[in-house]
Amino acid sequence: MSPLKRPADSSTLEVRFIGDGDVLNHIVEKHEGQKAGPSSVQTLVTLKGSQKKLTELDDEEEEDDDFNQQDYVDALGTLTEEGAENGAAGTAGANVFSFQTLKRKNKMAQLASELAQTPAKSVNFSVSESPEKTPGKRSINQNKTPQKGKKVQFVSTTPHRLRKRLSAPNLKSESDSDYSASNSEDDEEGKEEEDTGGEKNGMAEVQPKTPSKAVPAVAVAAAALYKTPAKKSKKAPEPNLVEEYFEAHSSSKVLTSDRTLERLQTPKLDRDTLLRLLDGKPSCYNTEIEQLNQAHDKHFSKWMLQLQLGFNMLLYGLGSKKFLLEKFRTSMLSDSVHLVVNGFFPSITLKSILNAITGEILEHEGSFRTPMDQIDFIGKTLREDPDTQVYLIIHNIDGPMLRAEKTQQALGQLASVPNMHLLASIDHINAPLVWDQSKMSLFNWLWYETTTYLPYTEETSYENSLLVQQTGALALSSLTHVLRSLTPNARGIFRLLAEFQLENKDNPSYTGLSFQDFYQRCREAFLVNSDITLRTQLTEFRDHKLIRTKKGPDGVEYLLIPVDIGTLTDFLEKDEVD
Amino acid sequence: MATSSVSKGCFVFKPSSKKRKKNSDVVDYFIEGSDDGEMARIRVNICQRLWDMTKSETEMLQDELNKKILDSLLEFIKKCASSFQSQMNDWASLMRASEIPTAALVLGVNVPDHDMTFQSLSVLLQQSVTPFVVSVQAKECTALKHLMQKVLERLIGVDVAVDDDDEDGGQRSAPVHQKRVHCSLSSLCDWYSSVTKKYETSPGKKRTSMAKDMISKPPIVIIFKDLEAFNPRVLQDFIVICSRYIQKLPLMFIFGIATSPSTIQHMLPHSVSSLLCIELFQSLSCTQHLATVVDKLVLNTEFPFKLSGKVLQVLVSIFLYHDFSVRNFIKGLQLALVEHFHSQPLSVLCCPKKEALDHAQKLSHQEVERIRQLPSFMRYVENQEPQKQVELLTNDGCVKEVCKILMKALRKYHKNYYPILRCLHTLTSSLPKYPLGKQIREIHISCLEKNVWETEEYDSAMQLLKLMAKDELVALLQKCVVILSSSKSKKMKAALGQLQNYLAKFDQLDTLSAEEVMQEAVSPEKDLQKKTDLFQLQKTLLERKETRRTKKMTPFEVLRNQILEFVDSLVRAHLVPPESQPLNEVCYYGSSGVLRRHLNATPRTSIQTALSHPYYYLQHEGLKTDSGTFSNAAPDICIVHKLHLECGRLINLFDWLEAYSTVVSAAEGKDPDSSDYGKVDELKHARFIQAVSELEFLGFVKSTKMKTDHVARLTWGGC
Repeated sequence: MSPLKRPADSSTLEVRFIGDGDVLNHIVEKHEGQKAGPSSVQTLVTLKGSQKKLTELDDEEEEDDDFNQQDYVDALGTLTEEGAENGAAGTAGANVFSFQTLKRKNKMAQLASELAQTPAKSVNFSVSESPEKTPGKRSINQNKTPQKGKKVQFVSTTPHRLRKRLSAPNLKSESDSDYSASNSEDDEEGKEEEDTGGEKNGMAEVQPKTPSKAVPAVAVAAAALYKTPAKKSKKAPEPNLVEEYFEAHSSSKVLTSDRTLERLQTPKLDRDTLLRLLDGKPSCYNTEIEQLNQAHDKHFSKWMLQLQLGFNMLLYGLGSKKFLLEKFRTSMLSDSVHLVVNGFFPSITLKSILNAITGEILEHEGSFRTPMDQIDFIGKTLREDPDTQVYLIIHNIDGPMLRAEKTQQALGQLASVPNMHLLASIDHINAPLVWDQSKMSLFNWLWYETTTYLPYTEETSYENSLLVQQTGALALSSLTHVLRSLTPNARGIFRLLAEFQLENKDNPSYTGLSFQDFYQRCREAFLVNSDITLRTQLTEFRDHKLIRTKKGPDGVEYLLIPVDIGTLTDFLEKDEVD
Repeated sequence: MATSSVSKGCFVFKPSSKKRKKNSDVVDYFIEGSDDGEMARIRVNICQRLWDMTKSETEMLQDELNKKILDSLLEFIKKCASSFQSQMNDWASLMRASEIPTAALVLGVNVPDHDMTFQSLSVLLQQSVTPFVVSVQAKECTALKHLMQKVLERLIGVDVAVDDDDEDGGQRSAPVHQKRVHCSLSSLCDWYSSVTKKYETSPGKKRTSMAKDMISKPPIVIIFKDLEAFNPRVLQDFIVICSRYIQKLPLMFIFGIATSPSTIQHMLPHSVSSLLCIELFQSLSCTQHLATVVDKLVLNTEFPFKLSGKVLQVLVSIFLYHDFSVRNFIKGLQLALVEHFHSQPLSVLCCPKKEALDHAQKLSHQEVERIRQLPSFMRYVENQEPQKQVELLTNDGCVKEVCKILMKALRKYHKNYYPILRCLHTLTSSLPKYPLGKQIREIHISCLEKNVWETEEYDSAMQLLKLMAKDELVALLQKCVVILSSSKSKKMKAALGQLQNYLAKFDQLDTLSAEEVMQEAVSPEKDLQKKTDLFQLQKTLLERKETRRTKKMTPFEVLRNQILEFVDSLVRAHLVPPESQPLNEVCYYGSSGVLRRHLNATPRTSIQTALSHPYYYLQHEGLKTDSGTFSNAAPDICIVHKLHLECGRLINLFDWLEAYSTVVSAAEGKDPDSSDYGKVDELKHARFIQAVSELEFLGFVKSTKMKTDHVARLTWGGC
């Protein structure tokens, strides 16, 4: 119901401007809530139930909650308030850090179709002036409370459709396009129709009602349109937040569909194809990205100044900063000693960094007992020779191999040497957590926001990343490489194991091939003559991480190839061809 | 790129020694970053000088503040050392023979600041008590072995290095090596006895001066810098072992404690802590430390560089809400200093008076133009007569002259501002509920930002002052007199004179009012006694009630109001915000945003903003959306991120990909009715994979084995 219809005594009432998108999202969620039911013809029934439960909620209370929260945010935001000066966009902490909420199955598809419908130039229609309340940034609630009887129930479902019609008048047949993209389940259509039917119904009921209740100043037609339950857009009241929290955490069941990437025509892309494809990709916003990056270039001399003054630079922000740092390196540091460390490199170690400094920069021969000694040595040597300035650039100081507390401590000690200057970048959202108070003071960071929007091509190209795991290309090539260097017999042994594993691929309780069985099979195939030969062979496999052994409950060793079925099949096929 | 490789993560670049830059120092980079060469040089010089001043000032402050506690600590150690000397014949000390004297030094939670304290402590000890001082940190002593090794290494190593100055390094390493063979306290004992013997027989040339006041058997002091971080097991063992050797080795401990003294009880069982003879030393709290620093550096007329209210607030908030570290506060100050001199070309005038006038004379045309563009100067010009205005806008020489005058005026303003600020603080800091804040920096900030006398807080403070009793008020005013008398400015001297006048009047009041009060007190009683009639009594009481309501103020009250009015007039005259002063931009640094972004950054917010509002960074019209909506033309990673926000704990990659391709197809402007609308082609797939792996790299999702082709979601916020 519109706030205008509220009793006059609710003096706390506030009319706020609300973006179209908020309304849209909001309603979509509502709609979503309905859809989640088991059957697709569920709408009205389930809705009724949930409403009965929720109508009891007091209006005023909700209002209060709203305001309380506002106060709290205000109190917290004393620091952020100053941020207005630098025009930080609306992402406040409250939006970034929130609880897990219950998400329904098809929500993503829903959003996708919403986004698909939104013309690229964003929606712009007159609803913006409507007297509705802002829901704040996130609208978590799927329980808005239209307070009155049955008629209104329709109202709560309608606006979505209604709004959509308004919002995208140029889009034809939205009821089709809405879902065709996501799950094209057949019954969707039927339901869709019913939905729209209900909606028309709702409109019919609603329209004559409004003029009488709404403020006369509002034009009748407009009122009919805006008569959407403004109340709905309010934040969920506190008790519901709590309920929601437990609801979201209670079910251990994962509510996702069972479809896999196998459904695609090309379920796997190897790295080369991927790069080739991405190279050909028409990159958007090139000029903007370039502008963004050029803005950073201007600061290079200032960076040098601040490095000289004993600060260390830390770059953060979305997008790969490797290019930027590289540019800095080539333009400013070409005449000074410097060391570049790729923190995202999967086998980078503290030792290799320290060795590079002592061995190549300080030209010290001989080894050190502990990294501690080495750092002490570096510190001492550099302090004795204040003319040497060493610049250390670490791409991704939060890289997986550098995250360890001791490594960071060591890097901090390096950074605190007066003539060692450190420039580093971070990307992981939780990266700042690796430094505690004392490490922070060792590093003496000066934070620089350098959002570049450049793709993390190099950073994500190593084996651990999701990308390659999916394609399995690296695993396959490493398999073939290692196998190629083995004797025919050894290859035979591996094949045997692989084939056995493939035979059992449908057996969920398959734990591996027991050693005794394996030995028997190998003997039968004339691959080995004693179990010692087999054991040596297996040790070699294990060393190359080709197989894994597991002790079963009966104490017997089971052998397993830790590669997924698809890769294994590919491997066998390839092997046959060879 | 030269730094990409699949086999290497470290790349060293070493230019040939010829090419290497000789002296690439601060000045060059400073000048490089600004467009006016010569002036920039002057600026950087001023900047460095000011920074050096700040640094030495803070170090001095630190020493001063620590002096008291260090002195008492020193006293304690000396006392213990002398008791070691006499323990052979003293029965009482024999009783405590196995107790190790220990000083527990409570330093507060700002651990990074402790280093300086320990530094000066060990220097002090080495100078006056004993050459044998070792500090150990928890991180180097994970096991008893290491702790022991560090202690021995530092004791013996250092001593060897000092004693055998003329010998070369080869011989020096010999004893270190020897020590490694048996790393135990008994070897330390042997070493100690040999060293002390050497002392007694032949005090080295260098030692003679020091050795005079040093006792023949100097104690060995071991400083545990961060007690809380030590492994309790290690510490217990170490203490037990040490207590066995206490007869032979005069050992002494100093515990650096960050939290509270009860940590010792938590860490050490009674059996171990009973081996220690602990004395507690409490250091100054960090807020007091900050207050002194602010007092000396920020509220100082001699220091030309000033912070605006917002900047000061940012620095103080970082201190109060994040780290309690004075060191970081100083770092912020340094950053502000550098930023100011780097970004404001006119900061060339921000230096001591004489120099400033000199520089004002030398201003170039370009800089005069800059002065003309300063908002405060423009306001000043507007208030001048038309003829003067024209001259100011056309004649450079005139501007320079005016500039000199204005710089002098600004100096005078500061000279009056600080004493009055201090007076106001003295008057209000003891009021109930502290309407203007407890600390002087709070008043300072509010004065910097607005006319303080227009605030409610000021009003209520004045109200409270008007209720003050005489002796309290006089005491406060006396303090104000002391503050004002230290100021040399004319106006302050005048104010001082007036204040003293008022105080004198208070004294006169004493004699005067005594009589009056007597009179007043006596007369009504007489009245009461006379009229016994009930009606009359009621009438008189009513009358008296009336008179009391409209009662004439006592002379004291009149005087009090006068004084407070006087104070108020002082405040109104001198505590105007600096923004009103012409040329304030020269001295005041005001970009609090810059400071906050560099010192107290929020990387997560930045990433999240970039993901959910790409328009904020990429100013492209296609991305412009109303709040809450999201354009489907956004970069891939933004779309993928937006979609993933709608998922639960696990995300089905296939569904995700499908949703993504729907959005992208729409963005590409494909016909929704066509058959391949929303179909996943290879390119989209590749882009999707890239975007998802970027999200994984950023830490939003991670791969999981719980279900095929699923990833787990790791964050719950998002908008």
